[in-house]
Amino acid sequence: MAGKGTTYEWQNGAVAWFDRRLPIFSMMRTELVDYPTPRNLNYWWNFGSLAGIIRVIKIGTGVMLAMHYTPHADHAFDSVERIMRDVNYGWLLRYMHMNGASMFFVVVYIHMFRGLYYGSYKSPREVLWGLGVIILLLMMATAFMGYVLPWGQMSFWGATVITNLFSAIPLVGESIVQWLWGGFTVDNPTLNRFFSLHYLLPFLIFGVVFLHLWALHISKSNNPLGIDIKGPQDTLPFTPYFTIKDLFGLGVFLIIYLFFVFFAPNFFGEPDNYIKANPLVTPPHIVPEWYFLPFYAILRAITFDIWFLSAKLLGVIAMFAAVLILFFLPWLDRSPVRSGRFRPLFKPFFWLFAANCILLGVVGAKPPEGNWIWIGQLATAYYFAYFLIILPLLSIIERPLPLPSSISTAVTAMGIGVPARGVAE
Amino acid sequence: MTRLRTIARGMAATLAVILLANPALAAGGVEAPRQQWGFNGIFGTFDRGALQRGWQVYREVCASCHSLEFIAFRNLEGIGLTPEQVAAIAGEFEVQAGPNDEGEMYMRRAIPPDRLPKPFPNAAAARVANNGALPPDLSLIVEARPFGMESFYKPTGADYVYALLTGYHEPPEGFVLGAGMYYNEYFPGHQIAMPPILNDGGVTYVDGTEATQSQQARDVVTFLTWAAEPNLEERRQMGVGVTLFLIVLTAFLYATKRKIWADAH
Repeated sequence: MAGKGTTYEWQNGAVAWFDRRLPIFSMMRTELVDYPTPRNLNYWWNFGSLAGIIRVIKIGTGVMLAMHYTPHADHAFDSVERIMRDVNYGWLLRYMHMNGASMFFVVVYIHMFRGLYYGSYKSPREVLWGLGVIILLLMMATAFMGYVLPWGQMSFWGATVITNLFSAIPLVGESIVQWLWGGFTVDNPTLNRFFSLHYLLPFLIFGVVFLHLWALHISKSNNPLGIDIKGPQDTLPFTPYFTIKDLFGLGVFLIIYLFFVFFAPNFFGEPDNYIKANPLVTPPHIVPEWYFLPFYAILRAITFDIWFLSAKLLGVIAMFAAVLILFFLPWLDRSPVRSGRFRPLFKPFFWLFAANCILLGVVGAKPPEGNWIWIGQLATAYYFAYFLIILPLLSIIERPLPLPSSISTAVTAMGIGVPARGVAE
Repeated sequence: MTRLRTIARGMAATLAVILLANPALAAGGVEAPRQQWGFNGIFGTFDRGALQRGWQVYREVCASCHSLEFIAFRNLEGIGLTPEQVAAIAGEFEVQAGPNDEGEMYMRRAIPPDRLPKPFPNAAAARVANNGALPPDLSLIVEARPFGMESFYKPTGADYVYALLTGYHEPPEGFVLGAGMYYNEYFPGHQIAMPPILNDGGVTYVDGTEATQSQQARDVVTFLTWAAEPNLEERRQMGVGVTLFLIVLTAFLYATKRKIWADAH
């Protein structure tokens, strides 16, 4: 994708003719076939390509759903039911799209935790990581607006709660919220603009994904050992080795994804969203989709004012900070060793962090009362402490284990603590 | 294989989290007992007899207050009726049509593409006829109650509706019931405006089945589950085929992966 790659001699005359004028075939050959990939990648490295495939499935089903959907407050709910009942295989399109959102977040969260554990955010991959965080932010905005479109009870009230967060901004908050709504409450103008943006943002994500891949192919893939590629003996060409590995992973993923689509399509959803939006009836529990629950927990963890800053405003700041802090991660973790495998002190803190994120998800689903309040506050404190205190401190005090001299030597039988099976020479 | 196992474990953990975090679990109230339904499970299908009896219960009992707005007469072929039977049923109803050349609305006989007529012209009319309460539309009632159509571990919307229909009794001592309200074990807050409407022998089944209260409740819940998702059987059938195909395909992909990687060791 760097533009000036190797050019190949193509057997097919037409291909060669075209390639001399626009080397798109050479580029595909360089980036998708010859791309030198660390030979020791494990299955955690499957989740990047999986995310890309889900992106395509989402756009494909989404474009077709948009052909039958009516973005109007009076007709949206009915048009979704029409898709479910009268459009040929409309139920399949919608269930794939709905469950695709959940699967997208499952896959992207795993992809991120893989990066966190193996230090994929460290030099020279800071830009690659930052682009990933931008993708995450765009995904969250897209998913939130998509959930509003069926115009069920949870769509309407979720939109009301989340857009109201902006009212916490001092002085201009109320004006911003009205500007977002296009009126004085969540209503038809809100639905119209959310539909428009929900169609636009996935294509922006596509663009950022392209940059993400470009940056990846410049700095090359990280690997479980976290050490640099030293020479051709450390790598394998992407095709056929990793195309087939990714395809196998895709098969396993599709079995799980389509299990939900066909046998429990509303598992991740809220029954309340099968009730038409009613501004006069508030559901007893307004909860966001599961993938926002950890952030929802952080939002609600701040229950106290500090000076003139209201608890609500602080909660909103904390929630956004929870994502934005990821941008700074490459400069917070100063340890020169990338992979958690060689960081004995880092490991327990990392797993505690992962468990803590899960705990935050549970707290986000519970009503904010009783013990859940302090549990949520403690978990929020650890979330930020991990980035702001633990990682910077570990960079100084930790003594990492010795690193193997190269990928190829490490994956032979003589390597250090790395099973030789599977990828040894 | 160890790595695969680690991944499988990771997936299981993720799933466990989603189960734990399911917000609907947080909703309180008396949990409806799970029932054995023919439509439960991956291979579950609707009993056509129950669907047709359920339609009879809906039509003779529920339809006087509750609409079923997403169902058209033609959909009734899905409960096992022939096109002729459906046309005959539609012919027994009248729907508003128009305007005609004089600009007047008029009533005509329903035809299969028509939606089922609603009992009330609007919400206000429904409330005034029902002591201020609004009888909800029943098209999605099973899907719109915890835990919807399918659940691996919890009572479903069908279990809830069944429990509600058969869950009336005298209020416990000290419970103050509002005027015109009824005590129901399973309704949130226990006060419901709908009277206990299903009674033994309340309908006379065309197929001769004894119409006990619980039989009527079972039949109408089966019918409403179908109404919430008429494509349910098609979806599961396709799912079985797709899953089998994917398992075979994935096995081949794994074998190919092994073969390709053999020379990289």
